[in-house]
Amino acid sequence: MSTSSEIHPNPHAPDPHSSASHGSRKTYLTGFGLSVLLTAVPFWLVMTGALGSNQATAFVIVGLAFVQIIVHMIYFLHMDTKSEGGWTIMALIFTVVLVAIALSGTLWVMLHLNDNMMPMSVDEMSKMP
Amino acid sequence: MSGHTAHARATHAHPHGDQGAAPQFYVLDEHDHEEGASTLLGFWIYLMSDCLIFAILFAVYGVLGANYAAGPSPKALFELPLVAVNTSMLLLSSITYGFAMLSMSDGKVGSTQMWLAITAVFGLAFLGIELSEFHHLIAEGATPQRSGFLSAFFTLVGTHGLHVTFGTIWLFTLMAQVARHGLIPANRRRLMCLSLFWHFLDVIWIGVFTFVYLMGMLR
Amino acid sequence: MSLPAVAVSPIFGRFTLDALPLNEPIVVATFVAVAIGGLALLSALTYFRVWGYLWKEWFTSVDHKRIGVMYMVLGLVMLLRGFSDAIMMRAQQSLSFGDQQGFLPAHHYDQVFTAHGVIMIFFVAMPFVTGLMNFVVPLQIGARDVSFPFLNNFSFWMTTAGAVVVMISLFVGEFARTGWLAYPPLSGSGYSPDVGVDYYIWGLQVAGIGTLLSGVNLVATIIKMRAPGMTMMKMPVFTWTALCTNILIVAAFPVLTAVLALLSLDRYLGTDFFTNDFGGNPMMYVNLIWIWGHPEVYILILPAFGVYSEVTSTFCGKRLFGYTSMVYATIVITILAYVVWLHHFFTMGSGASVNSFFGITTMVISIPTGAKIFNWLFTMYRGRIRFELPMMWTIAFMLTFVIGGMTGVLLAVPPADFVLHNSLFLVAHFHNVIIGGVLFGMFAGINYWFPKAFGFRLDPFWGKMSFWFWTVGFYFAFMPLYVLGLMGVTRRLRHFDDPSLRIWFLIAAFGAALVAIGILSSLIQFYVSFRNREALRDLTGDPWDGRTLEWSTSSPPPIYNFAVTPMVHDGDAWDDMKKRGHVRPVDGFRPIHMPKNTGTGVILAGLSTMFAMAMIWYVWWLAVVSFVAILAVAIAHTFNYHRDYHISAEQVAATEAARTHHLTARV
Repeated sequence: MSTSSEIHPNPHAPDPHSSASHGSRKTYLTGFGLSVLLTAVPFWLVMTGALGSNQATAFVIVGLAFVQIIVHMIYFLHMDTKSEGGWTIMALIFTVVLVAIALSGTLWVMLHLNDNMMPMSVDEMSKMP
Repeated sequence: MSGHTAHARATHAHPHGDQGAAPQFYVLDEHDHEEGASTLLGFWIYLMSDCLIFAILFAVYGVLGANYAAGPSPKALFELPLVAVNTSMLLLSSITYGFAMLSMSDGKVGSTQMWLAITAVFGLAFLGIELSEFHHLIAEGATPQRSGFLSAFFTLVGTHGLHVTFGTIWLFTLMAQVARHGLIPANRRRLMCLSLFWHFLDVIWIGVFTFVYLMGMLR
Repeated sequence: MSLPAVAVSPIFGRFTLDALPLNEPIVVATFVAVAIGGLALLSALTYFRVWGYLWKEWFTSVDHKRIGVMYMVLGLVMLLRGFSDAIMMRAQQSLSFGDQQGFLPAHHYDQVFTAHGVIMIFFVAMPFVTGLMNFVVPLQIGARDVSFPFLNNFSFWMTTAGAVVVMISLFVGEFARTGWLAYPPLSGSGYSPDVGVDYYIWGLQVAGIGTLLSGVNLVATIIKMRAPGMTMMKMPVFTWTALCTNILIVAAFPVLTAVLALLSLDRYLGTDFFTNDFGGNPMMYVNLIWIWGHPEVYILILPAFGVYSEVTSTFCGKRLFGYTSMVYATIVITILAYVVWLHHFFTMGSGASVNSFFGITTMVISIPTGAKIFNWLFTMYRGRIRFELPMMWTIAFMLTFVIGGMTGVLLAVPPADFVLHNSLFLVAHFHNVIIGGVLFGMFAGINYWFPKAFGFRLDPFWGKMSFWFWTVGFYFAFMPLYVLGLMGVTRRLRHFDDPSLRIWFLIAAFGAALVAIGILSSLIQFYVSFRNREALRDLTGDPWDGRTLEWSTSSPPPIYNFAVTPMVHDGDAWDDMKKRGHVRPVDGFRPIHMPKNTGTGVILAGLSTMFAMAMIWYVWWLAVVSFVAILAVAIAHTFNYHRDYHISAEQVAATEAARTHHLTARV
């Protein structure tokens, strides 16, 4: 296979051997529609305070964020278990696990450190056991 | 290409005590390694590492995000309507890039270039709005130096913006390369990599608008 | 709160002639020696007209074998620098008691221990490990190169650029005085306003890019470029450990990049990430840097474990015992590496619940490592052991590393760590595992694969001298530190009031002297081996009766590694081929598609050095210019679509005919 064929294949030919999965117009539009919905709802919930409780709103918008991330993964990034022999999704899962460990670990550790180590006033100190 | 018809004289040995045919130890009809076979996986792995950088920046925001140091807090600073507009710019740029990819797989150079250009416009709009937001905040005294919260905010959102900037420069470079060489396999690979990058940035933005802007208003 | 208040000229930034340490005799003497030596080397290279050869065959090479060798050379050169720092510390600590102050003032001593740590980890251990993996892995998996050869070259030069930045700090300005991890607030602009920490940050950021890209490269290579038939569970163990190591690199180095970036934002822009006031939290730095730091030590040790697996099975003439459990142990270590990091700061105050969790996970991670040791021992059991140098280093490792590992488990107990944290006990522990584990593994690997890389074996006599002086020297140098640590002596001290401690420091200094002889013996070994290369020549490509595919090639292998890609049927593929009567192809070769050499990597790394220096010295115009230049060169490089060529079938045939001649001549 010489390099000249690399540079000058028919540039107007459809992609002959695309091993990566491509979306179709439909999947992109579906993904877009879902994303718009999953974005609009959280914004609306926060801007109007429709759920009443801040905590409930927080739960819902975080949940919707995770759903939207999955929507992006499937509809835009064409995530599946087949691509690259399953290595793509394995790499993603590994990364997600590590991110979860780093985030939760950091928050747990720092919360404890702050509790134990951040400066107290003289008043607080005098009340320590 | 020589060697096409001749076969390497190899491996029809008969090891002692072997019942069946001797195993093939060499790939006789070797095809040239497919150019760029590792590119998408390699880029995806890089993208995972980039994900971890953002994870750390989110962690920092998580830890320092409430440290206002008697300075302004999210409620005082964030304008959700503007953030909503910005979010839609990025989301629109994602779908237009998707359309560019569809044109690419149909082999249509002109259409691909058009959708890429539109994507760039949305990307630049996103950056413009974000820069004006930053400018406004700084003018109000909410500088990155003011508090731990603001340092974390500007760095997380700014790093995302820097990625969008580099993505846009890359996009313009690719438009030039497609104009020059057309949709050859090498350019298709590059467009696919940028596609991964661009959509990934939208994924990060979901995290940003949720955990920074929306949660900020709920505190 | 912003940039330190110092005179900044628009042209020279904050550089003034005061930055040259002309009043420090040790540094001046070092500079003179380096200048003379450097000039001598450059003159010799010019006189023998090898610049063209070096540029064409080595510096611009995208061949993983050449790049691997260059990494090893970098590591070796930096070992000499890092070891000089060690000798200086040992000397100071054996002299400075009571009224005696030794010869290193605090200002200087603090830079010495900081530089020692930074150089040994980032510019000795990492290059050694990366170099070995680079050289060996494509050969072991039956591939012709890594997935991204240009990126490979670029990664090497970025690592070198980082080393250059750190080395420049010796003669221009100063280095950091914060210890190798540069904790704030000490490393912040308030307490370290000068260039030292900036040298540290930029040297590591530049090198870090190289390391990260190298990680991506090798993961992709191992996943995508294995020879047909080589399933994951038929890969050599070294390749498995390389895969896990590079996964760790990809997953850990971004954290370091982010944390150092945040520190530099604090220093350059006055942000409040790690400050004491305005809502900063210095403890966050410690937390984040160790999220990187712990996986880092596994990045260093896993390749060494891989070397030991290869060496043990080869020199015991046996299949490795427990291949499957070895693989699972490696994978488990890779994952667990991410849940132990807090054991580096038990004493920072996170409390009993957090400390207990991490103490337990730390103890758990020693279990898969123990499983590995048992597997090596069971491989040796009833094997026909040949005590060549690689095997000697492996046995020294098994004894030495186990001691270090045990002291690690001891330190994993939080109450014990409250006594021993930051004592010399800790220093002894990590040198025990790094020297006994990583370094001995590198020496084993070098002695094992040197014939493959250069076509002749290393001289055994000087190798044994190096081995004995290193091993005995290590014990003399570090066992006293365990004693001192248990007695309560803190690390990083340059002076002691209690003269009864002195005997231990003297023993340690004696050990360091032995190690120095060991290093010297290694250098002599290289020289003597080169001189006697014909007597030590390896003509078969398989001097040790090896078991994996790299031993099926000539020594050194041709640029394309394999004229015909091998097909794999079993683990220990080469051993399988030898046992089942493979017949090497002698004709019918095809043209081979190869990547071209390129100077872009060198240029980009050079510009990165320039950018780093500009940022360090606040020469803003140069920072902008070099950054733009980096972008321009990188983008221009992507416009070059003709980066490959073919080796003709005739050339391949000629190369393979020469090998046939060597193989048959011995009959």
